[in-house]
Amino acid sequence: MSNHLVVVGGGQAGFSVISKLRALGDTRSISLVTAEKYPPYQRPPLSKKYLIGEMRSDRLLLRPTKWYDDQSVSLYLKNKVSSIDIQNKSLLLASGQSISYSNLALTTGSEAIKLPASMGGNLEGVHTIRSIDDVDNIAVELKSATSVLVIGAGYIGLEVAAVMSTLGHDVTIIEREERILKRVAATTTSEYFERLHKRNGVKILASTSVVELLEKEGKVCGARFDDGSEIKTNLVICGIGIRPSQQLAVDAGLTVNDGIVVTESCLTSDPNVVAAGDCARFPYDGNLIRLESVQNSIDQAEVAAATLFGSKMAYRPYPWFWSDQFDVKLQIAGLNVGFNRTVTRLGNRPGSESTWYFKDEKLLAVDAINDGRSFLIAKKLLENKNNPEMSKLEDSSFDIKALL
Amino acid sequence: MPHIIFIEENGIEKKALAEVGETILEVARANDVNIEGACGGNMACATCHLVVRKKWYDILPKPSDDESDMLELASGLTLTSRLGCQIKVTEDLDGLILSLP
Ligand SMILES: Cc1cc2nc3c(=O)[nH]c(=O)nc-3n(C[C@H](O)[C@H](O)[C@H](O)COP(=O)(O)OP(=O)(O)OC[C@H]3O[C@@H](n4cnc5c(N)ncnc54)[C@H](O)[C@@H]3O)c2cc1C
Ligand code: FES
Repeated sequence: MSNHLVVVGGGQAGFSVISKLRALGDTRSISLVTAEKYPPYQRPPLSKKYLIGEMRSDRLLLRPTKWYDDQSVSLYLKNKVSSIDIQNKSLLLASGQSISYSNLALTTGSEAIKLPASMGGNLEGVHTIRSIDDVDNIAVELKSATSVLVIGAGYIGLEVAAVMSTLGHDVTIIEREERILKRVAATTTSEYFERLHKRNGVKILASTSVVELLEKEGKVCGARFDDGSEIKTNLVICGIGIRPSQQLAVDAGLTVNDGIVVTESCLTSDPNVVAAGDCARFPYDGNLIRLESVQNSIDQAEVAAATLFGSKMAYRPYPWFWSDQFDVKLQIAGLNVGFNRTVTRLGNRPGSESTWYFKDEKLLAVDAINDGRSFLIAKKLLENKNNPEMSKLEDSSFDIKALL
Repeated sequence: MPHIIFIEENGIEKKALAEVGETILEVARANDVNIEGACGGNMACATCHLVVRKKWYDILPKPSDDESDMLELASGLTLTSRLGCQIKVTEDLDGLILSLP
């Protein structure tokens, strides 16, 4: 087919490549091939409102199925791409069908890391949360769950623990590091969320690892930890991280290094192939990084679309992220990697505070807790490369809006 | 079912049939209105910012403190700006007119 774009992977990034191309007025023929049975949908509610049961699955969809028809996009749902032939520009689907392309967009996202089978990772009652199906499976078991074990206290683990506790379950969360959120946040933010979870009855075991999950008739019934202790549990949810879905790119001979390596304009090592979203590793501030966020999936995919459209654009992201736990909203602007100083300010309302991360004089990131105003001010400061004086931030009577 | 009218940046009008209980962001998505709504209604992004026609603005329930905080610094803020994800469709919103900022 002449001028046929095939998008592999129907998540936020795959959707955004297509919607941006159409918004630019691009009318080429497009096919979207994705392994799941749903067209692109939002994943963040999977560990929040959808898990708690407050949202119907059709409300998760980024666009109704009909939209793809209206946009002349051929939708291949429940179709896994099994290989790419870069030389002949064609794809092989698991069904045996082959599709030719003139350009390819790899938006294959990432997969949740599972606990190894040798530790009981394959037992019934052990889950990860990445897809609607994962949550629907958990929902079935939730009815008979007595006590829930969450492994890993990153954002997803903590969100799951909060939901399970809100639903009235007895919840334990276990974390290998000495504090929750250690990999991603400063002590002040970790401590805030530790207090929040404890206040709500969640048991937090830090500096502890799972040695193995215990089984009874193929089903999980408990867990043994490295300090020798054991607990009973019949529902385990692992939030121990993700890995980029890159096997297709590896097999096709594209450059891959913990993510499909792309340029600022989202080109992979093959000039006909772009990549964006969780699966892509891109240049940022002199390094190659990967981001796992909605912001990144949208903004990077839009640059990939511009590249496919033939306009020159460079992806220079202003990262942001959020997390909801109980009645608390955390909003993060920037990336705190490499910080050496922090300032924590109390917000205008009870329970609101923000932690500002600096590398020397340079503002890197802000964690704003129940404080949307500080989040937005921080986002603007970061966008303008405006580095506020720490002494001003330390003064709680100072209105930070004056910094703009 | 109430009708909601969206006016996009280029002046194009999109008329949508909404379900009571849906948010305006959800209505917009279902009807291909070009609004981002990156955080999916969590009041974390302000990318669902919409401008409500004055007469309708006065009818809507007041924004929460959280919503006002998020709007305060939104680009293109007007006196009748709202977050699309925070407006729930009710029967009396039939004919509601919103435009993209
Ligand atoms: C529970 C949860 C909560 C989250 N919360 C937040 C949050 O609060 N804020 C935030 O910013 N981000 C959050 N994220 C992260 C965010 O959802 C991801 O960054 C985003 O979904 C990445 O989009 P993507 O399109 O790159 O990949 P994905 O959403 O992973 O989509 C990739 C798609 O490609 C398909 N695919 C992969 N390989 C193939 C193949 N070979 N053939 C066909 N199809 C294939 C997959 O099945 C999948 O459907 C959360 C993620 C999860 C799982
Ligand atoms: S969708 Fe993010 S604030 Fe409304």
